[in-house]
Amino acid sequence: MLPREPSLYTVKAVLILDNDGDRLYAKYYDDTYPTVKEQKAFEKNIFNKTHRTDSEIALLEGLTVVYKSNIDLFFYVIGSSHENELMLMAVLNCLFDSLSQMLRKNVERRALLENMEGLFLAVDEIVDGGVILESDPQQVVHRVALRGDDVPLTEQTVTQVLQSAKEQIKWSLLR
Amino acid sequence: MTRNGSDAVTLTWTSEQEETFSFWLRGSSSSHDRGWAHLLPSSRQLHYGIMIKKFDKKDEESGSGSNPFQHLEKSAVLQEARIFNETPINPRRCLHILTKIIYLLNQGEHFGTTEATEAFFAMTRLFQSNDQTLRRMCYLTIKEMANISEDVIIVTSSLTKDMTGKEDVYRGPAIRALCRITDTTMLQAIERYMKQAIVDKVPSVSSSALVSSLHMVKMSYDVVKRWVNEAQEAASSDNIMVQYHALGLLYHLRKNDRLAVTKMLNKFTKSGLKSPFAYCMLIRIASKLLDETEGGHDSPLFDFIESCLRNKNEMVVYEAASAIVHMPNCTARELAPAVSVLQLFCSSPKAALRYAAVRTLNKVAMKHPSAVTACNLDLENLITDSNRSIATLAITTLLKTGSESSVDRLMKQISSFVSEISDEFKVVVVQAISALCQKYPRKHSVMMNFLSNMLRDDGGFEYKRAIVDCIISIIEENPESKETGLAHLCEFIEDCEHTVLATKILHLLGKEGPRTPQPSKYIRFIFNRVVLESEAVRAAAVSALAKFGAQNDDLLPSVLVLMQRCMMDSDDEVRDRATFYMNVLQQKQKALNAAYIFNGLSVSIPGLEKSLHQYTLEPLEKPFDMKSVPLATTPITEQKTEIAPISTSKLPEKLAPSRQDIYQEQLAAIPEFQGLGPLFKSSEQVQLTEAETEYVVRCVKHTFARHMVFQFDCTNTLNDQLLQKVMVQMEPSESYEVIHYVPAANLPYSQPGSCYTLVRLPDDDPTAVSCTFSCTMKYLVRDCDPNTGEPDDDGYDDEYVLEDLEVTVADHIQKVLKPNFGAAWEEVGDEFEKEETFALASVRTLDEAVGNIISFLGMQPCERSDKVPENKNSHVLFLAGVFRGGHDVLVRARLALADGVTMQVTVRSGEETVVDVILASVG
Repeated sequence: MLPREPSLYTVKAVLILDNDGDRLYAKYYDDTYPTVKEQKAFEKNIFNKTHRTDSEIALLEGLTVVYKSNIDLFFYVIGSSHENELMLMAVLNCLFDSLSQMLRKNVERRALLENMEGLFLAVDEIVDGGVILESDPQQVVHRVALRGDDVPLTEQTVTQVLQSAKEQIKWSLLR
Repeated sequence: MTRNGSDAVTLTWTSEQEETFSFWLRGSSSSHDRGWAHLLPSSRQLHYGIMIKKFDKKDEESGSGSNPFQHLEKSAVLQEARIFNETPINPRRCLHILTKIIYLLNQGEHFGTTEATEAFFAMTRLFQSNDQTLRRMCYLTIKEMANISEDVIIVTSSLTKDMTGKEDVYRGPAIRALCRITDTTMLQAIERYMKQAIVDKVPSVSSSALVSSLHMVKMSYDVVKRWVNEAQEAASSDNIMVQYHALGLLYHLRKNDRLAVTKMLNKFTKSGLKSPFAYCMLIRIASKLLDETEGGHDSPLFDFIESCLRNKNEMVVYEAASAIVHMPNCTARELAPAVSVLQLFCSSPKAALRYAAVRTLNKVAMKHPSAVTACNLDLENLITDSNRSIATLAITTLLKTGSESSVDRLMKQISSFVSEISDEFKVVVVQAISALCQKYPRKHSVMMNFLSNMLRDDGGFEYKRAIVDCIISIIEENPESKETGLAHLCEFIEDCEHTVLATKILHLLGKEGPRTPQPSKYIRFIFNRVVLESEAVRAAAVSALAKFGAQNDDLLPSVLVLMQRCMMDSDDEVRDRATFYMNVLQQKQKALNAAYIFNGLSVSIPGLEKSLHQYTLEPLEKPFDMKSVPLATTPITEQKTEIAPISTSKLPEKLAPSRQDIYQEQLAAIPEFQGLGPLFKSSEQVQLTEAETEYVVRCVKHTFARHMVFQFDCTNTLNDQLLQKVMVQMEPSESYEVIHYVPAANLPYSQPGSCYTLVRLPDDDPTAVSCTFSCTMKYLVRDCDPNTGEPDDDGYDDEYVLEDLEVTVADHIQKVLKPNFGAAWEEVGDEFEKEETFALASVRTLDEAVGNIISFLGMQPCERSDKVPENKNSHVLFLAGVFRGGHDVLVRARLALADGVTMQVTVRSGEETVVDVILASVG
């Protein structure tokens, strides 16, 4: 009778799709969709049902799906239909806000693809094996700690530095 | 550096590649990370460029930028991974390659064990670099590859070093990666570090250790449970996530120890927590405990949950409200506070909160519609919500709570957007309508209209099935809606892709169609199916046609013509059916029609299969006798679909052998019971002991043609006794004769065992159908050690008196459903018809009388005559069954309500004695 066996395992999957419904990122935490084929079919279904509306929550294939779209990206967090919807929402908001900070408010497909490692690390800090690890975006961004743009010079060999200088000059000529 | 793709280097630089390249350069010019340095056509870079290939035109036009990962090839990426071995390590490029590997894994690309192991080993070298992001990506790679690569444990020491090192950024992720590759033996080696990490003052370290421990519980419960004290300490942390994870781990370690859980709850509910997540967890634990202990609603646990309704975090408030709503046996008064917070949520600007609230209110409305009436106004505001899920839930809730007058308006509203919502919610809508039809039968015309519109829309199988079931139930409840309903269904099967639904509807048409005023109009729809559909549907259509021909004489010639055509069908089954029905119909005999067209076989299919197999093994002179086949125990009753939970079950429905088939197998295995013939009927279990006594004995009565076998299922609940040679001695009150006892050899503590008693039924007096047996259980007791179960050497005889066992007329009759009772009534004929009138003085209502008769005779009500229409003073009940020995028996009982109920019973059967038995037992 009681569907809500007390457990920390809250999240079944985190997905990010682009505006054609193609998978940019997908992490499934349990065996609801064991094969890639089933996963892709589910993603297709989810995208078809959600991409035209911006209504942030839906029930699909017996699962609760909370979602958010921004420019050309669709973010989804999926949990059981018995799960507290607000918990799933907390995960979704944390993911979005963390990425928003990391991408300097530039949450779109191009920027995301150029920072895939940041996305991988952020999701890893937010959900671990289906358990919500952190829900505060500040903390997540802090822990992901993507270092700045410049590589310390000491880590480059002299030839590498020369090579890069040479190429920079070439490039400026090409432009 | 050698590579497979070395031919790429020697390729001439075509214009197409040029274009690709220049695009790639433009596309990534802003990319600080990759830089353009790698992209000029030096030999290595050329390889890089070709790998990326040409982009889709669409990408170029969309302007949203290309996907640099789009055309990654696994082999090329793995090739690139060789630079991991170069010294010094170039962190930037290595990072990019790791990102590509993880991206590929993420896309579902399959990595072979060898190639994964190779890449994994190359990756381990990257631990030499101190680049933070690169190290973090290594952890991720380890986790992703843990199940694909071999020998992942070689990174254990590197990870252990990181988890205990100075860099806080590394420690948490290192713990999570380490636990991913650890097994029980290795876990003991790092136990000390785990314990330290759990109580670490850095929240990310503590959280990581707690969550990883939780993952490990499944595998190494015994190790992890030694960390309870550390987890306990972590639970009083200031950090909200640490608190939540600690609580979760503690509960998982203690959940089988109710006392420990109670203590834990007491402690945390008193001290209070900071984390809303932890509160939600506590509420769930508390409500589970309440449910298990069947604690009353005055328990402190209930008070705690109720107090959470006043928490300042919405997540906690909702969790508490939802917990209260899901409790069994909640009164309206106890629900009220939960309902009122949900009501507040209905006007929240957050869609998720509105959704959560209205979904929960919908659940409340199923059981306590009156409790939700107060929210009607708020729900009205939600029916135009832009989130269609919310609107649907609001409307279906209102349909449950609202008055009859609002139904039309709501239905109109919902039909405006029903095409936009997902199938799951469409099913919710159909269920709401179905419930409504039962509540307000007068509204069925509005509903029927609406349902037929829905039937025309697109939708999946579950959705269509829900609609069809709903229409069928309306037809059965409201005879006046039959014709419109059938017309809608006919229209539906004209374009129906679901074989199951088409056959179901054809069956219904065959059953109901011939009895409508204008049966001829259905023929066209049915015959169209024969022309257009798949084999299964064609066969069903042929059966339906035959029923029209059998019932309506004026249609018979045309049906015969159509049948003739069906005999030319390409499918065997369809041809066979057509030929069979053709021949039956040509006889023009009512009895044949009834037996072979209206009321099909009533035997159990697995039983028939077995009997036929047996018959072919031992060819006999005499023909196969259908009466030797056991009957189907549960006739196919068209039960109304209950309001099913909204989840799609993926399990296919299997035809499980019935309970009686299982008994048949079990009994046939006992040598004493061979030669009794097929098992005729098995009764429900009868309790012969009070609850919670030393021994629990239940009896199942198995009826055979001339014998009965009593199966006693005994359980010994004393752990200091072993019972042996257990049997139940029976003293009959009538001329029944006990001929054999089969004892149970051993009956150890809590392991059920069965013993049997074989009784011969009196041959000389077939009307002696009822009998009372006094039963005594006799056995040998051997005392034994409660801990080891080791019995003493010698024992003593003892006995235990059981309650009396009754055999009644119902034990001799098997229920059989006759879909067309009238035809069956004619088939049996009035040769042995008898009629008598009784007065049932003690019965006050017709419903009660009908229930009594059915349970007393143990026969199957037909034509839905078990349901007495409201406000009627008279009713006719039709019952069908088969008497022991295989004689059909039909009962028609006319009931009239005056002071008490007067009943006129008419019994028909092929055997005179059977008629006498029934009338004698009723009297």
